[in-house]
Amino acid sequence: MKKLTFKSENIAKLYNRRIILENISFSLSDGTAFAITGKNGSGKSTLVKILCGVLSPTRGSVEFSVGGAIVPYPDYYPHIGLVSPYLNMYEEFTAEENLSFIAKVRSLEREWQERSNMLLKEFGIYDHRKKEVRYYSSGMKQRLKYCAALLHQPSLLVLDEPSSNLDSYGIDAVRKFMVLQKQNGILMFATNDAEDLQFADRVYSIEIGNH
Amino acid sequence: MMIISTSYHIFVKEFVSEFRTRYALNALLMFVVTTLSIILFSIGQESPSIDVLSGTLWIVIFFSAMSGLSRTFVAEEERGTSLTLRLLVNASSVYIGKLVYNFALILVLSVIIAVSYVLFITEFTVKTFEIFWLTILLGSAGLASASTILAAIIAKANTKGTLFPVLAFPILLPLLLTCINATKLATEGAFLVEAVKEFQILISFTVVMIATSFLVFDFVWKD
Amino acid sequence: MKTWLKIAVSVWLTGIIIAGIAFPMVKVPQTWYEFPFIPGLEEKARNIIFHVPISWATVVAFAMSMIYGIIYLRKKDIDYDLRSVSSASLGLLLCILATVTGAIWAKFNWGSFWNWDPRQTSIFILLLIYGAYFVLRSAIDEEERRATLSSVYSIIAGVTVPFFIFVMPRIMSGLHPGSLGDEQGKGPVLEFKMAPNMLMVFFASLIGFTVLYFWMYSLKVRQMRIERHVQQITETH
Repeated sequence: MKKLTFKSENIAKLYNRRIILENISFSLSDGTAFAITGKNGSGKSTLVKILCGVLSPTRGSVEFSVGGAIVPYPDYYPHIGLVSPYLNMYEEFTAEENLSFIAKVRSLEREWQERSNMLLKEFGIYDHRKKEVRYYSSGMKQRLKYCAALLHQPSLLVLDEPSSNLDSYGIDAVRKFMVLQKQNGILMFATNDAEDLQFADRVYSIEIGNH
Repeated sequence: MMIISTSYHIFVKEFVSEFRTRYALNALLMFVVTTLSIILFSIGQESPSIDVLSGTLWIVIFFSAMSGLSRTFVAEEERGTSLTLRLLVNASSVYIGKLVYNFALILVLSVIIAVSYVLFITEFTVKTFEIFWLTILLGSAGLASASTILAAIIAKANTKGTLFPVLAFPILLPLLLTCINATKLATEGAFLVEAVKEFQILISFTVVMIATSFLVFDFVWKD
Repeated sequence: MKTWLKIAVSVWLTGIIIAGIAFPMVKVPQTWYEFPFIPGLEEKARNIIFHVPISWATVVAFAMSMIYGIIYLRKKDIDYDLRSVSSASLGLLLCILATVTGAIWAKFNWGSFWNWDPRQTSIFILLLIYGAYFVLRSAIDEEERRATLSSVYSIIAGVTVPFFIFVMPRIMSGLHPGSLGDEQGKGPVLEFKMAPNMLMVFFASLIGFTVLYFWMYSLKVRQMRIERHVQQITETH
């Protein structure tokens, strides 16, 4: 496996002249579970969006490299899997169609179908795979998001509030994949849950007095 | 080519989504029926000049485009799927996919409008059909080219409903005026060659719009 | 702006206004301050000295606004957005002035305030673009997003402007000098057939209004910066 590094350099984000994030710098490599904590409204979700490259920072940069070579935006998207409350599935499609759309636009290899079935089973929504997402409960939607994020075996898995909306069965499934991810790449998650934090090797706390 | 296949999948997704939800199409068809019947009622026994009729044809097409084309991006933003899409594919594929979908939608609409216009409004007689249908085709392409980037802008604004026609009108005016002019030529029975200048304007407008949108779309999409 | 330049512009423009309004128009000019009659325009020709430079400054303001919009997109520094919007708000003011001075002139020369002449239509569309630009800005709360989206809109609007130059004359015959419908083909402005002394006042006015625009622009930018700063202070306390 190629060596992965992920670096955040001096990231700052301003919203309406107000500083949300400032001086966020860290560097991660394979086999790390990295947790981001901070009070509500401290900018965790914003930071996650910036790290995933879907929101541009006001200052600073994100650097993602595979095997020593820097992968520039937007080429690092195939390496990232994200689960976030701001990221929804298409309601008018079934779970299967959502995953198939994702596999197609990501141009995944043929085996994606087996992996998709495996994930659906692991998260306990295999029996509902032919149901349109709008009929799902919020917990089921959350599980589907995990299937979507893990479908392409991302080397960097980013989870925003990993255990929100999930019952104990769902949480167990998520934790199983969190451990797996730590072995195969980088795991990054934003949480305030004490139990989740036990999975982290490093904890980064967004300071309160930052703004 | 990666970009073509991903754009194609986005287009298919839009198409299936529209087919399932019928957000745009049903409402748009009713819109067309309503506006056309208003025109028919207001004409009554009068016989308005062909210039006025060419103008109203494009008014109907413009406003149906305005009520239908903004959906593509607004729906993504409202349902929170835009972040999903942003993580999946690069901005250019999204732009191309949505542009092609918008073009298909507006083309279907304007063909429906044009056919019913020719059928129901007897005073509106087209003599050179080549010019007429080419104008409909190129006009739809132009409308789609400018509307796609504007729809992306509007999806990020707070008040979405009324904003679209306000932003689009000044930008689309040269296109609309040219379309009206070409339609007049078609009703006057001009030869195809006489409308070449109009077609050149329509094509260059579309090309300039798409090229500019392509350059700036990333700023709007990743904001 | 330097103080001496401000004083110079004030004196300069006062001179132009006096010259434009008060210099007598006679058939055969005898002295340096007498303007010759331009057939068909007569006394109304004085408006050239005001209307044309204002229209020119409108275009400058629009271009400046678009250029600063592009720079904002590249640098993501909000100060460029302040410059862009300052220029646009001045452009709107100048655009209204150009429309009004043009409409008054049109009333007395062409018979009605509004004729949908190509250039009248163009300035009307420019007004619409400015209107749409400010409506868009007011519809977005977040500062950075507002800056980005309005910059993109001004670029999209900017690239359509050349089409007006080609499209309008094809659709309608023009009344302005230099347009297709004009019998003489070229009018006094385009051919620079104005008498040398009038031409001098005209160019002086062109320079004067351009510098005036830059002066007002720098004032507006400073005002916006201060407003933003004050807001920042009140928000944090």
